[in-house]
Amino acid sequence: MDIGAVLETAILQFIGFNACYYAIAAIGLNVQFGYAGLLNFGQAGFMAAGAYGLGQTVQIFEISLWWGLLIGIGYATFLGLLMGVPTLRLRSDYLAIVTIASAEIVRLVVRSVKFRGQFGGTDGLTGFARAYQQVGVDLGLDLAGQYGFWIFTFSGRNLWNLIVGWTLVAIFGTIVWLLMRSPWGRVLKAIREDEDAVRSLGKNVYSYKMQALILGGVIGSFAGMMLALGNATVQPDNFSRDLTFFVLTGLVLGGVAKVTGSIVGPMLFWFIYSFLDSFLRQLIDKPVRIGDFTLIQSTDVGVVVFMIMGVLLVLLMVYRPQGLFGNRKEMAFEGR
Amino acid sequence: MLPSDATGPASPAAADDPGVDAPLATAAESDAARRARAALAGVAPEPGAAKPDPILTAAGIRRAFGGIVAVDVERVEVQRGSITALIGPNGAGKTTFFNLLTGFDKPDTGTWSFDGKDMAGVAPHRMAARGMVRTFQLTKSLTKLPVIENMKLGATGQKGEKWWNGLIPGTWKQQEAEIEARADQLLQRFKLDHMRDEYAGALSGGQRKLLEMARALMTDPTLVMLDEPMAGVNPALKQSLNAHVKGLRDEGMTVLFVEHDMDMVHDISDWVIVMAEGRVIAEGTPDDISSNPAVIDAYLGMHQGRSLLEDL
Repeated sequence: MDIGAVLETAILQFIGFNACYYAIAAIGLNVQFGYAGLLNFGQAGFMAAGAYGLGQTVQIFEISLWWGLLIGIGYATFLGLLMGVPTLRLRSDYLAIVTIASAEIVRLVVRSVKFRGQFGGTDGLTGFARAYQQVGVDLGLDLAGQYGFWIFTFSGRNLWNLIVGWTLVAIFGTIVWLLMRSPWGRVLKAIREDEDAVRSLGKNVYSYKMQALILGGVIGSFAGMMLALGNATVQPDNFSRDLTFFVLTGLVLGGVAKVTGSIVGPMLFWFIYSFLDSFLRQLIDKPVRIGDFTLIQSTDVGVVVFMIMGVLLVLLMVYRPQGLFGNRKEMAFEGR
Repeated sequence: MLPSDATGPASPAAADDPGVDAPLATAAESDAARRARAALAGVAPEPGAAKPDPILTAAGIRRAFGGIVAVDVERVEVQRGSITALIGPNGAGKTTFFNLLTGFDKPDTGTWSFDGKDMAGVAPHRMAARGMVRTFQLTKSLTKLPVIENMKLGATGQKGEKWWNGLIPGTWKQQEAEIEARADQLLQRFKLDHMRDEYAGALSGGQRKLLEMARALMTDPTLVMLDEPMAGVNPALKQSLNAHVKGLRDEGMTVLFVEHDMDMVHDISDWVIVMAEGRVIAEGTPDDISSNPAVIDAYLGMHQGRSLLEDL
């Protein structure tokens, strides 16, 4: 067994592209779920809104890629309004139901044959990322080359993605950090606990919830844009329910209502996932048998990894419900 | 503080009034109390009686839940600068009436006005800006926020509560400092300053009542509506809560409160409104009410023929 190789793969995932766009999505989700207490189970829908807004520019609208930023933000805002208007006046459970359904509707619409001309159907959209890559080239990166750091080697394309991605993480992390230290953030945290108390003190709770939903959604749309740019393609099935819940798992792992938690959590999620995956693959290179019964074989590893991650998540909830960076004291008081 | 305050000093300096925390037995009756009682002396003790200077007027308020009429109030006026108690047996509709007046629930019919302005259809979050604030029967202190943050939340018109300003601390830091100073003053007055940086969840039940009242005052109200401020509060703290409520009137605010504690009602209120089965069945000074046969019948039937306070 080569534990060094296992660790190397895991560390690469820790700082890798997946962790990076998950972190952006989790920063957005944290605004909604962590601070405002809005159960958004449709972050994948917001990510799709961003990704498709960007993807449509060159291939469908035949305009510059950079308009896609505005289109993506516009789509995400529209989606937020669509989800929020009917549900934010109701109990939070309704938002959960509506968001999970909306994200699925978004995915089914963009992959449908009917809207193939607008969203590219199951093939998705491609050919829009050139302008993005050109910026990297203009800055002096050799996208086809190899860059070595310490024990790691990155392709030029991957390095460019990481630079842009982690810059976005830093920007959105700072924005949310600033907002949550402001009176605006205080209102949000108060709403999370008791809407009526906040209402009685003269705050328009509905408006604040809408702002949080849309802000978190727009940040989520940037995660989708990053995913689209990094892969240079938009595929409808990237935006399944799994995505939402993996992002949520990362956030909970790191600790809700903490900016550091929303960034480091998704990184750890990918570290643990990749560590378990390559560790088990090395461990189970041939089927393990008890008599005639095959207990486990290499094709089972993918499933087993998620089982182990599920158990780890349960243990986390039992022994450290605030996550790694969360505030235990803050979590300890019940909303009485 | 709004300029419409008819009585009493309206500056935050009044928060330091030493009389506010004085024990009840020795507290001399304040000017504000004398004024309020004098103004109400000429009012007929009957349901719906007109007051010389009403701050709150409600007419024809009716709210039914299915077949049950929870509130059916023909007319109620609350005298400005007074402490008015709203009493009645459980299920009389007091809290529902409160919810209707503060916009947390909508009546089927009826109109009400506050400070001369029509309030029907006004959303609850707009009440605070107009000078009307309420507390809740089940205390709603925000346990996961520190005490000082609870207080600061109460201030209205905060620039930093707009998200675009929130991003730039320079736009709200100065106002925040002013709000914090005011919050600290109120915390001191309510003897919560030592808990300033603790989470509100660490407070006792009584302290939470105090915090909720103090937080409500952060909105600079002219009318404070307290829903059972004494519920679950120990006798020692009741004394100080009593004094705090009187202090509000001395500063020129009007207080309307729901209460079961007859001691408190008799001790601090200038006027008492009695509800039963959704209707106002009696009004009057505390002494009028103690001897009103309708009240004794509806509310204290089993105590008939005895003083209202004897058994308490």
